[in-house]
Amino acid sequence: MDSVRSDTAPVPQALKILVAGGFGAGKTTLVGAVSEIAPLRTEEVLTTAGVGTDDTTGVATKTTTTVAMDFGRITINPSLVLYLFGTPGQNRFWFLWDELATGALGAVVLADTRRLADSFAAIDYFEQRNTPFVIAVNCFDNDQRYTAEQVREALDVDGHVPVLLTDARDRMSVKNVLITLVEHVLTMVRSTVPA
Amino acid sequence: MSTDPLDGVEEGPAWWDHEAGPVVRPYMVTGGRVRPTTVDFDLITYLVATATLAADTPSPEHQAILALTQEPRAVAEVASRVDLPLGVVRVLLCDLLSDGLIARYDPPSTDHLPNVETLQAVIHGLRAL
Repeated sequence: MDSVRSDTAPVPQALKILVAGGFGAGKTTLVGAVSEIAPLRTEEVLTTAGVGTDDTTGVATKTTTTVAMDFGRITINPSLVLYLFGTPGQNRFWFLWDELATGALGAVVLADTRRLADSFAAIDYFEQRNTPFVIAVNCFDNDQRYTAEQVREALDVDGHVPVLLTDARDRMSVKNVLITLVEHVLTMVRSTVPA
Repeated sequence: MSTDPLDGVEEGPAWWDHEAGPVVRPYMVTGGRVRPTTVDFDLITYLVATATLAADTPSPEHQAILALTQEPRAVAEVASRVDLPLGVVRVLLCDLLSDGLIARYDPPSTDHLPNVETLQAVIHGLRAL
């Protein structure tokens, strides 16, 4: 656009990272752990919203859902802002993913070892789009039964995709996941740029 | 001691809470328009009002968006803070854009990942959190 008033703050460059994973895997918790604002929610109106189809097997505490994207924000510096978007948990909202994934820096696939198969769809999606991603295995209190390598084998992901254990509630742990992702992206960018 | 029969009424739960859904159907505020007229807005497209609140804007919703964007804000943040669905906000943003009341700043091209310098800055910033 043409005109900018001189008294407004400079407009930063915005980047986005997606946080994907099955319903109830802890996406919003992860976003909230590092966001400088309490996670905000945007909603999209659907004309064919389903009712009562959420599968809550093994997920005792979460009983309702909306077609919503929760997101958070991290100001890296005055000219660079990172947005974290949680993707809608149910597969029937794939059409919303395309919009989210467009232009995304990368993605975190948050895996819940109680329902590992919920991660397959997200992994396939990012592999097909060539979106860089890492797999973060959310270790709930009483459920640290697997190692990262066991999860990698179970999910059958390429060797170059980082797989790490995390606690979605813990700021340092989530920070580490994001750093791993951006380092992974950096490696990919460097390998495609001629020396 | 007040004997007002309405005393204490506001302490009860309102029937029009979030669970009940919107009182006004979402696309009422766009006059039934469901598609942005021109270009689409990415969730992280930044918006900055180029006019003040006194500007003659078409509706309270447009006015609310102008108020929010007196400082730069991303589309997702605007939608969340005015509590309207994204689709609705995009239509309203097109109105403001065509009226010259708002400026948009799109994220960099979607074809390429950010450059090495930007990625290093992000890593550095995350480490410093």
